[in-house]
Amino acid sequence: MAERDAERDFKTAILPHLDAAYNLARWLMRNPEDAEDVMQDAVVRALTYFAGFRGANPRGWFLQIVRNAAYASMKVNQGLRLVQLASGTDDEPGFGTLGIELADTGDDPESALLKSRSQQNIERLLAALPPELREAIVLRELEELSYKEISQITETPIGTVMSRLWRARRLLAETARREDMQ
Amino acid sequence: MIESCENLLLVQAEFDGELDAAQSAALVAHRAQCLVCQKATQALQRLRTEIRCDAPHHRLPADLRARLLRGRPVSRAAWRGGALSFVVGAALAASVMLFVLPTVQPPGLADAVLAGHLRSLQPGHLEDVVSTDQHSVKPWFDGRLDFAPPVKDLAAEGFLLEGGRLDYMNERPVAALVYGRALHKINLFVWPSAEPDRATEDLARNGYNLVHWQAGGMTFWAVSDLEKDELDSFARQWRQES
Repeated sequence: MAERDAERDFKTAILPHLDAAYNLARWLMRNPEDAEDVMQDAVVRALTYFAGFRGANPRGWFLQIVRNAAYASMKVNQGLRLVQLASGTDDEPGFGTLGIELADTGDDPESALLKSRSQQNIERLLAALPPELREAIVLRELEELSYKEISQITETPIGTVMSRLWRARRLLAETARREDMQ
Repeated sequence: MIESCENLLLVQAEFDGELDAAQSAALVAHRAQCLVCQKATQALQRLRTEIRCDAPHHRLPADLRARLLRGRPVSRAAWRGGALSFVVGAALAASVMLFVLPTVQPPGLADAVLAGHLRSLQPGHLEDVVSTDQHSVKPWFDGRLDFAPPVKDLAAEGFLLEGGRLDYMNERPVAALVYGRALHKINLFVWPSAEPDRATEDLARNGYNLVHWQAGGMTFWAVSDLEKDELDSFARQWRQES
């Protein structure tokens, strides 16, 4: 009886956030197989700790677990050396100019081609960001979370969230513009 | 290029809807006079449009959703025992099983031990007290726990004491001792328990090895990515050392 209730509570809390959780896992791990492992791991962890969860924000709580599972998995797969874009440090709000030239898309085949190229580009550029910058952008732009929620999920002060977002955006904008000019 | 302005993080915060009305009004007034902030706002908007239009928002595949919910074993992660309904039942039944089967550890505990180990591998989480000296690790726990965990130096056997940490497991604070062997870490979790002494029992989870035993009114769980033989040897040395 109590068991049924607890199972129902768990599903009520977690089910609405499985897509957001998978999106984060998928962007952090950068392939579907590892993202699946992370999801399996996260669900087991969430079950283990759910009895102690008293917060008002199950999405943030579950995304934090997913993130920790993803980082644990990356740490275990340390052999994996990742190609990353150069990035500054968290304390550096410093700045080259943000600038990105978007193709002016109409409806003709040529612009459709340009669009698919730009889709590949932004996905590739995002994937090349260091994970702490990538997760900030994914949580802000794709999940549309507030600084406070991102700060909770990544266990990072809000000031650091702000400077990571800035660095991520600056890198994306500058890299995209550099590639456009080539 | 001198294109910078001290208000750029405020521009970003306004763009992200994080400023209150007064801050926002002040920023808008500044931006009307500042070419750098105007250009930054445009660039932020262009980048947002591009990301939201073109970067995929990955949706949980239907088959994975079904596996997570129904708990059918999955090929690649079958050893995880990720069966949701099974794990729910097991975790929830754990407290009951303590009474029904007092000599069997609740299945949820090995998972909790492994989770504790994985958590400790996060940067900066491994040790609260860093010391290779058992005589400084042991007193560190005084006043932090309601029991005094045994701390042993196994350096001569090739297991270097690296430090200790508090963790929370089995609904109580526990001691975690960290040992290193080459690049591998061992977490030894210790907490008091009224159960009778028991010999070692080996378990494996997610490619990690666990050894559990019971001695002198304490429960011990060792977990590591070491080979099973080596972790067994660690447990044997620990139990022999007096």
